[in-house]
Amino acid sequence: MIECKNLKKVYINGDVETVALKGLTFKIEKGEFVAIIGPSGSGKSTLMHILGALDTPSSGEYFLDGKEVSKLSEDELSDLRRDKIGFVFQAFNLLPRTTALQNVMLPLVYSGISMKERESRARETLQYTGLEESKFSNLSNQLSGGQMQRVAIARALINNPSIILADEPTGNLDTKTSHVVMETFQELNSKGHTIILITHEMEIAEFTNRIIAVRDGLIEKDQKIKGKKIAI
Amino acid sequence: MNIIDLFRETIRSLSGNKARSGLTILGIVIGIASVITMVAIGQGAKSSIESNIEAIGSNLIIVMPGSQRVGGISQGAGSSQTLTVEDADAIKSQVSNIKAVAPEISKRYQITGKGTNTNTEVVGTIADYLTARNVKMNIGSFFTDQQIKSSSKVAIMGPTARDDLFGADINPVGQSIRIKGVDFKVVGVTELKGGSGFNNPDDYVYVPLTAAQHYLAGNDYLSDISVAAADQSSMTSVQQQITDLLLQRHKISDPAQADFSILNQNDIIATAASVTSTFTMLLASIAGISLLVGGIGIMNMMLTNVTERTREIGLRKAVGIKKIYINLQFLAEAVVLTFLGGAIGVVMGWIASLAVTKFAGQNTQISTSSILLAFGVSALVGIVFGFYPARRAAKLNPIVALRYE
Repeated sequence: MIECKNLKKVYINGDVETVALKGLTFKIEKGEFVAIIGPSGSGKSTLMHILGALDTPSSGEYFLDGKEVSKLSEDELSDLRRDKIGFVFQAFNLLPRTTALQNVMLPLVYSGISMKERESRARETLQYTGLEESKFSNLSNQLSGGQMQRVAIARALINNPSIILADEPTGNLDTKTSHVVMETFQELNSKGHTIILITHEMEIAEFTNRIIAVRDGLIEKDQKIKGKKIAI
Repeated sequence: MNIIDLFRETIRSLSGNKARSGLTILGIVIGIASVITMVAIGQGAKSSIESNIEAIGSNLIIVMPGSQRVGGISQGAGSSQTLTVEDADAIKSQVSNIKAVAPEISKRYQITGKGTNTNTEVVGTIADYLTARNVKMNIGSFFTDQQIKSSSKVAIMGPTARDDLFGADINPVGQSIRIKGVDFKVVGVTELKGGSGFNNPDDYVYVPLTAAQHYLAGNDYLSDISVAAADQSSMTSVQQQITDLLLQRHKISDPAQADFSILNQNDIIATAASVTSTFTMLLASIAGISLLVGGIGIMNMMLTNVTERTREIGLRKAVGIKKIYINLQFLAEAVVLTFLGGAIGVVMGWIASLAVTKFAGQNTQISTSSILLAFGVSALVGIVFGFYPARRAAKLNPIVALRYE
């Protein structure tokens, strides 16, 4: 599913070379729920950008569904993101003054699919993530934090991606809402979705089934755990 | 690539933030409308000045008596009595390339008629005056030779003089007016020339030259002689011939001592042309500044707009929308905003020009070039500054764009 071999990333800024990733090798199988954890500056964000096809490694190989990603052009990366990766961002990044439905339909905007089909898919996906139907036509800024996150998750799911990449998805939420969101992710995982979660909070990482700890550009620890269940 | 998708997304994005779109359009509208109105006022003023000069007559040369010197003190041009009807006849018979020669005696009088009175210029002249001064008859016909020969007490009124004495659109023919205690019977009204100001030919009252000599002036001296040259190219030679002829007739050997002066319409036109070109320059600079200010406004709105939306651009990229679609969408948005604003601006400029004409009485003339210029500049500015920063943002790594504050 995901296979990384000796991934390295070096940023060059003038004369200064910053090595963000020093050679990471790991595999993630279909259906896994993985947390990538590490303090800031550990290289976890760089890793996430590469896994999300937002950036390419300086050296090493990254296979997604058997396809070598590191050599793709910018437009090919765009297509890959659209078809195989669903992003959930920390700041939700919903379009302001736009309804929940339209936000979910955003990745389909130039797909050539009919409006009717887009809307029915968006409705289906929003129901799937558990947003109440009455909120579908609400503007994004009229939604609560948890509801916004559901819309963001629905947007990530609309193209039925191979992996869902969540970048600090609970960073802006209170503990109770964070737990609700993590429960949603657990639920999605139990339905077979592959989820990779980037976080710096151990407590959040404990909801997943595998923790990859990154420090100073290297994998410090990679262990499978039994995901914590929510006690509501 | 789906044009309908692009169009739908553009409209959705623009209508999603009505305040932002509205303000951008407003900026463009004001820029364009002010340029169009400004230039229309300038062009209108220029053309009314030109038509006022045209109204004087065409290829006109005016011969005026020279200044009278009393004990070495000049009394000003036209103050002496040196021109006679014989001079006019001599010009008519001896100068070549002329179309008409009209001797005139004119003076301001208080005129009474039908209980009201007005103070206006009374011109005693002959039929050639119509040709020389471009005057056309509206009601009735000009004095017959018989009327001129026999000093008939008949008068023709300019439309403004008629309005003052009898009221607008009233046919005064058959009524009588009293000038300097003498009753004149009105036989016609001239056509409106659209002049204005102190020397307004629409405000004149015409009487036969002989009648003016007998009943009003009491002598035979002329106020001026209007000569119409056959065409514009012969004006200089006609002026020279008249100068030579009159110097000879008045027995003056030194042209510097001439007891008459000659005013050539070309000189008036040249002076007016320099005035109007200064005027046009002034208006063009005002329009240019409005265009610049409008352009900066549009640039500002577009830049703010795109900067505000850097995160949105990052998001679009992250969800897999290709760079070209992002570029096209922002280009389409800029095009829609500038064209919509431009179209409204042209209409507003047009309405404003009409309003200036209607309420301020100032003649305006909307010029196609000003519309094209204003539209072109604002469209260019709008599209460049709407598209270029968006293109730059679309080049950013989506993550960098997403984190943009």
